[in-house]
Amino acid sequence: MKKSASHSKAGRVKKVLGVVAVIFVIAALLSGCKPTEAKKNIESLTLTGSTTVLPIVQKAAETFMDINPNARISVRGGGSGVGISALIDGTTDIANASRAIKAEEIEQAHGKGVSPVETAIAMDGIAIIVHSSNSIKGISLEQIKAIYTGEISDWQEIGGKSGPIIIVSRDVSSGTFDTFKKLVLSGEKTRADALMLASNNAVTTTVANTPGAIGYVGLGYLIGDVAALEVNGVYPSQKTIIDGEYKLARYLYMYTNGDPQGVGKEFIDFILSPQGQKIVEEQGFIPIR
Amino acid sequence: MKKRKPIEYLLLSCALLSIIFLFAIAVSLFKEGLPIFKVVSPVKFIFGSHWYPAHDPPEFGILPLILASLLITIGALIVAVPLGIGSAIYMTELAHPKIKEIIKPVLELLASIPSVIYGFFGMVIFAPFIQRIFNIPTGLTALTASILLGIMALPTIISIAEDSITSIPSSIREASYALGATKWETIIQTIIPAARSGILTAIILGMSRAIGETMTVLMIAGGAAVIPKSFLQPVRPMTATIAAEMGESPMGSLHFHALFAIAAILFLITLGFNILANHIKEKRI
Amino acid sequence: MRKFNQFIGFTFSKLAVSIVILTLFAILLFIFKRGFSVLNPSFIFEFPKDGMTKGGIFPAIIGTLCLSFGGILFALPLGVMGAIYLSEYAKSNIVIRIIRLGINNLAGTPSVVFGLFGLAVFVKFFGFGVSILSGSLTLGILILPVIIRTTEEAITAVPKEFREASYALGATKWETIKKVVLPVATPGILTGVILGVGRAAGETAPILFTATTFYTRYLPDSIFSEVMALPYHIYALMTEGTKSELQLPIAYGTAVVLLFLVLGINLIAITIRYRARKEKKW
Repeated sequence: MKKSASHSKAGRVKKVLGVVAVIFVIAALLSGCKPTEAKKNIESLTLTGSTTVLPIVQKAAETFMDINPNARISVRGGGSGVGISALIDGTTDIANASRAIKAEEIEQAHGKGVSPVETAIAMDGIAIIVHSSNSIKGISLEQIKAIYTGEISDWQEIGGKSGPIIIVSRDVSSGTFDTFKKLVLSGEKTRADALMLASNNAVTTTVANTPGAIGYVGLGYLIGDVAALEVNGVYPSQKTIIDGEYKLARYLYMYTNGDPQGVGKEFIDFILSPQGQKIVEEQGFIPIR
Repeated sequence: MKKRKPIEYLLLSCALLSIIFLFAIAVSLFKEGLPIFKVVSPVKFIFGSHWYPAHDPPEFGILPLILASLLITIGALIVAVPLGIGSAIYMTELAHPKIKEIIKPVLELLASIPSVIYGFFGMVIFAPFIQRIFNIPTGLTALTASILLGIMALPTIISIAEDSITSIPSSIREASYALGATKWETIIQTIIPAARSGILTAIILGMSRAIGETMTVLMIAGGAAVIPKSFLQPVRPMTATIAAEMGESPMGSLHFHALFAIAAILFLITLGFNILANHIKEKRI
Repeated sequence: MRKFNQFIGFTFSKLAVSIVILTLFAILLFIFKRGFSVLNPSFIFEFPKDGMTKGGIFPAIIGTLCLSFGGILFALPLGVMGAIYLSEYAKSNIVIRIIRLGINNLAGTPSVVFGLFGLAVFVKFFGFGVSILSGSLTLGILILPVIIRTTEEAITAVPKEFREASYALGATKWETIKKVVLPVATPGILTGVILGVGRAAGETAPILFTATTFYTRYLPDSIFSEVMALPYHIYALMTEGTKSELQLPIAYGTAVVLLFLVLGINLIAITIRYRARKEKKW
């Protein structure tokens, strides 16, 4: 019995060794495929923050690295708060934010000897959207506020076909909601039965599927069966937002510790260059230069 | 045999690590979570019905989040318990041993599907389906999340329930047959009651898994921080709130502390569930 | 009537198990059906391109491998030693019960809580930043209970006679454990290791704030690098970006790769355990 046990034990050990060997080979392969190209002058740059800004920065990083093979850019999401906190902790070079830095964050930064410098890189328009079959083509800021706070609950009241208005909103922690709240609701709360959805994509899909719905999304998300409304007689477009005629817009920012320097400065300059601003436009945002 | 004492201490300290980590988790959650209670009283925090963490002034009432978690968990249990126990009965009492040999590893394999995959499936296929069936504005609802969480909890529930049914001595079974009971009567009247502590443990652990599940609910529960009134509306469970808002809250702000406080409460809830399950298992209630 | 009740009961049980298996397979089938068309060598071995709408997911695959192996590297020695104590040394019942309670509770802690813990402790307090190290440590703690449980099970399954034979030859307790018990228990421990890797590879919430980055064109070069990871990649593609219809196929492909990885890893573990059980003839 003992003999057979030790025999099968040896077999098992062999098998185990085999598996371990495979793991080591994989590990060796992994370390083997590390980038060996041009180790000299590698300049790494980390950007962290707002998920709204993510598509712009990601695409810009791709193009920037094509032009500057020595740059090594990592783009991290997480959210505006995470970005700014990483800047304060010194774990990121640039913080992306879809909102301006808050007073308490500036205070924290100064406490750690960090002085955040703000650079606006793009604008984001917020479009008011309805189902494409809706006969309403325009709306006023006051009407939007009345709808979202519950004073108006039927399309008839603003000149449409009679029917209940279904309100679609973003969840309260999102930057888009933050902007909408400031610019439209002036701080008031939305009707309790509003659908609070977690992403721009979800809002667009929901409004596209619901004939009586109204919602708001970033300009880049105007896809599918939804129609954007004129607000106070102005249709949201690049031109009307740049001109300041269309009021529902916000800036997107990058924050650096002190004035941007080195590769960080090059990257921000790149985003502000015509080529970078073209990327901003391609991703559905508003160029500011 | 007591020569190598130091090794024993080393091993003991490794064994104690789980508890140390558990303790460290609790400490870090409470350290970051407690400051919120300097501003909001614990009662107002837990029973407040408005969650407006980014408003000015902010409101930190997490009742809608707690109720959302409970609603989804209850929904998941409604899906998972009958199916799970039915499957466990099938596997222990009815299935041919060969079929059981196949089903068991298959279930084990399915238990390993990552939660983000369920969330992905929910977003692209299941939520649109729910939306069409019930003709509602959005398919991202408590119902959608409940069904998927129920499915996710199934392998856990089945395997624990199956283990406890299998461990029932066959003498009990035979006694029941001897009294003239049919196979089904034996299962319902004798075996299930005898295995109740194991089945209860399975249900509690299933609940604990459902209430702590994060990615699936983050992707498909819809995210509305309002007190839920029906299964067909979007809700925002505690876990989803933490994962969604951690990134947006300024570090060290009240909002940040509030999220850690939610995590601490969640931690206490699952701790309670697990201690309860442990207790039931040991005491065989 | 009694027969009828029995018929209903049996039918329900059979229906239940069929529903469970079919639903789970349906989920896999849906994802595989739409994801397979995306899969090709360049999807596996290339970097993302054109704002995440083209190219591959190579860095995410590497990142996930790094994180899960890192987690195991941390959890394996600690878990195995803990399990040895529990199964070979522990005598006091209270100590065992407390330790076991700790293990069960650690296993039942929600994954997002691990994420916050990792953020507060590894990323911020120890200053490891968002990195493979922070992510691996967080995942390591998460899978520690898996390692301990499977190792303990494997050690307990080693027959007493083996130990006694070793003692009879004059070996000390530690020598017996090292030279007799552990080698025999190795397949079981290996199962635990593989299950741990599989679990770690699929987790999203713990690495959300501790290890992941959305986009990089480089593979990690140290444990302080941040990485892309498959589960986070799926989540990010589904929730962010203005070109969602172009990103969806990539998300499908990523889901298929992640499923292959996790299911494959688990299949290996299950097979090893199955073989080991079959081989046992003592």
